[in-house]
Amino acid sequence: MEPILKVVHLTHIYGTGTPFERSAVEDMSFDVADGEFLGIIGHTGSGKSTLIQHLNGLLKPSSGQILLEGKDIWAEPKKIRDVRFRVGLVFQYPEYQLFEETVYKDIAFGPTNMGKTGDELDCCVREAARLVGIRDDQLEKSPFELSGGQKRRVALAGVLAMQPRVLILDEPTAGLDPAGRENLLANIRDYHRNKNGTVIMVSHSMEEVAQNVDRILVLKSARVLMQGTPKDVFCRADELLSAGLDVPQITRVAMALKERGLAVDPAVYTTEALERQLLTLRKGAAGC
Amino acid sequence: MSTILQTENLQYIYPAVEEGEGATVALRGVDLKIEKGSFVVILGHNGSGKSTLSKTFNAILLPSAGSVYVEGMNTDDEEHLLDIRRRVGMVFQNPDNQIVSNVVEEDVAFAPENLGVPTAEIRQRVDRALDAVGMVEFAQHAPHLLSGGQKQRIAIAGVIAMEPDCIVLDEATAMLDPTGRREVLSTAHWLNREKGITVVLITHHMNEAEDADRVIVMDDGKIAMDGAPKEVFVRVEELRSLGLTVPDTVDLLDRLRRDGLDLPLDALTVDACADAVAEALR
Amino acid sequence: MLKDITLGQYFPGDTIAHRLDPRTKLLLVVLYIVGLFCADSGLTYGVMIAVFLTCARISKVGAKALVRGLKPVLLIIIFTGILNLFFTPGDYLFQFGVLHISRQGIKLAVQMVLRIMLLIMGTFLLTYTTSPIRLTDGLERLLGGLKKLHVPVHELAMMMSIALRFIPTLIEETDKIMSAQKARGADFESGNLFHKAKALIPILVPLFISAFRRADELAVAMECRCYHGGEGRTKLNPLKYAARDYWALACGAAVTAGVIVLGRFGF
Repeated sequence: MEPILKVVHLTHIYGTGTPFERSAVEDMSFDVADGEFLGIIGHTGSGKSTLIQHLNGLLKPSSGQILLEGKDIWAEPKKIRDVRFRVGLVFQYPEYQLFEETVYKDIAFGPTNMGKTGDELDCCVREAARLVGIRDDQLEKSPFELSGGQKRRVALAGVLAMQPRVLILDEPTAGLDPAGRENLLANIRDYHRNKNGTVIMVSHSMEEVAQNVDRILVLKSARVLMQGTPKDVFCRADELLSAGLDVPQITRVAMALKERGLAVDPAVYTTEALERQLLTLRKGAAGC
Repeated sequence: MSTILQTENLQYIYPAVEEGEGATVALRGVDLKIEKGSFVVILGHNGSGKSTLSKTFNAILLPSAGSVYVEGMNTDDEEHLLDIRRRVGMVFQNPDNQIVSNVVEEDVAFAPENLGVPTAEIRQRVDRALDAVGMVEFAQHAPHLLSGGQKQRIAIAGVIAMEPDCIVLDEATAMLDPTGRREVLSTAHWLNREKGITVVLITHHMNEAEDADRVIVMDDGKIAMDGAPKEVFVRVEELRSLGLTVPDTVDLLDRLRRDGLDLPLDALTVDACADAVAEALR
Repeated sequence: MLKDITLGQYFPGDTIAHRLDPRTKLLLVVLYIVGLFCADSGLTYGVMIAVFLTCARISKVGAKALVRGLKPVLLIIIFTGILNLFFTPGDYLFQFGVLHISRQGIKLAVQMVLRIMLLIMGTFLLTYTTSPIRLTDGLERLLGGLKKLHVPVHELAMMMSIALRFIPTLIEETDKIMSAQKARGADFESGNLFHKAKALIPILVPLFISAFRRADELAVAMECRCYHGGEGRTKLNPLKYAARDYWALACGAAVTAGVIVLGRFGF
């Protein structure tokens, strides 16, 4: 199947021709399959933010291409706004961009810009609100009366209402408490599963990425360091650690157990998986 | 050991913003004693009252009922206001909104300038404070060009320059990336260990509590749990019901215990956890 | 786009111009402006141009940076030039309908354009060589006498330095909000003026809300650091006049006095 999004030798250089010239993205190539949940991980300054702003045409590549459903998004620069409707980007701390008098109007901003009106618009807004668990009676409230976690969900709904083919989230859970984090991640998982949407999630947290995504893209110093399923990536936990990146705590426990001579496969990243492994070990031991 | 912070039946009510709305009760009777030189972590979900509590420690908020004492001084007493604020320094969540000046060393000097410290001594304090947070080489930099972790360290230096006895970090790590979080945490631990400064760290990241002397869990304006990290984290079910997660190590041990393995629950660190599991399976 | 704003930009350096006390520099700028407005002839303008070039040389500020400073006011300069050139009555050299060019008009146009350019580039020399903090310190001390008249000098200076501190933060924030709204299909480029103004609402509302939130948090943070007004404050880097300040002021006063005297005697 053709990938929905294809990044080909993407390079982005800031401050060309000045003494501050530096590349934020260097020769990145990767595919995003239709319906996939991709996690992007890397340090601050690894190029994550610059990369995702290319995927919806907010930034223009210095060289290289981004193909959306097989078509270069910059083939017709005048139509770049259409790309932004098809690739929805939710920025970090998106609650700070809310501006309308009511939650409803704020969610409607994107679809209205697309030219939607009447029942069609209403349908988009209500569906998006439902996806993130905003109740009907909250739609007529001012977004500024809501709690921090709710505001963020409204902002997410504002992008979902455009019904994008690809949804990109930049650190969607930053600054939330554990319950808020879990709620939001559940919203995103539901959207991915029920709408069969393609989701790209940028995160600092290895645990969060490992437990939610199908595939991980690891960035380091403006380049792609590795990509693969969580299992593939955490197989190379040593490499990640030496690159100064974290691995999930549970992976470190598994690594420590292996060091202590237990027959544990260290490429695990959920407590359930490690628990299962350890239980088979116990059964094996009991059999002897 | 002596007590540095003490609250007695502390209550705080946020008045209603608009008429017709009810007032919000944030603290419903908190009795707390914090020992000098200790490292205390206060955990709780959003709205549990932990931030309100911390703001009563240096008279930014005054109790609606009950009282708060800083080294025996009642925070209600206007006369001691500056003395209390000097002794209990605060670092907040958003690093951008607490830096006053556009030169790092001028910002660090802000508090001693307000206190009327003589110029020569301000210079010494600024240098010492920047040294303590490892930011000496950035003295002349513009703060807005620094990373989040570096900005927070500048904010900490700005507090240290008051020569406080206690530093309260009010979700100071919440907006930082893992690197920044580590920078701030290790700075806080260093100040506690080497300078004997009492640290009160307010957070919702459980793993930041691993190395604390004491963990206090807040819920609904009251203290729900209080004890050493090992004592608190083993209460897995309770923590979950309070909207908090336990470290994955504890989660694993908890699961294995339910599966019938004989394991302790208080092996918090990766190594301790691995040791315990290896021991049980051998 | 927004990053091009050079407002109050400071180029760190270690020239005499950088080391002068900000109060000295502020007073010198006042003297310089007085001189500019008293200059009325080729000779006196020549003196002022020489003064400006010398100062620019001493402070080692590049010509590029100075010219760039003129960009935002280019329109005003051109407008002033044209207005004076075409609408000054006198001995007409050229006439076309209501438009006419007179000898006096040419002189006035050249003078006005030169005056504005020198004025702006001169004040830019001040901001290029003085950090905003020292500039506000200088202002606060210079205007200190007004405190007796109940002018809140300290508060004004504090407000100004905080405003300067937050300019980069707010610019960054504006960029971010713009990108976020663009991602939701906001369009800032097309449409007529009314549409463009309306398109700013999604930027301005979040920006204001965030500015208020920042102000709130900053106020609390300042209180936590024992801020209680200007009373009894000391300084990390207190302002002190040095010998060079007296020399600079003496030179400045002499030049301005010279220009005034030359003007009096009709040179």
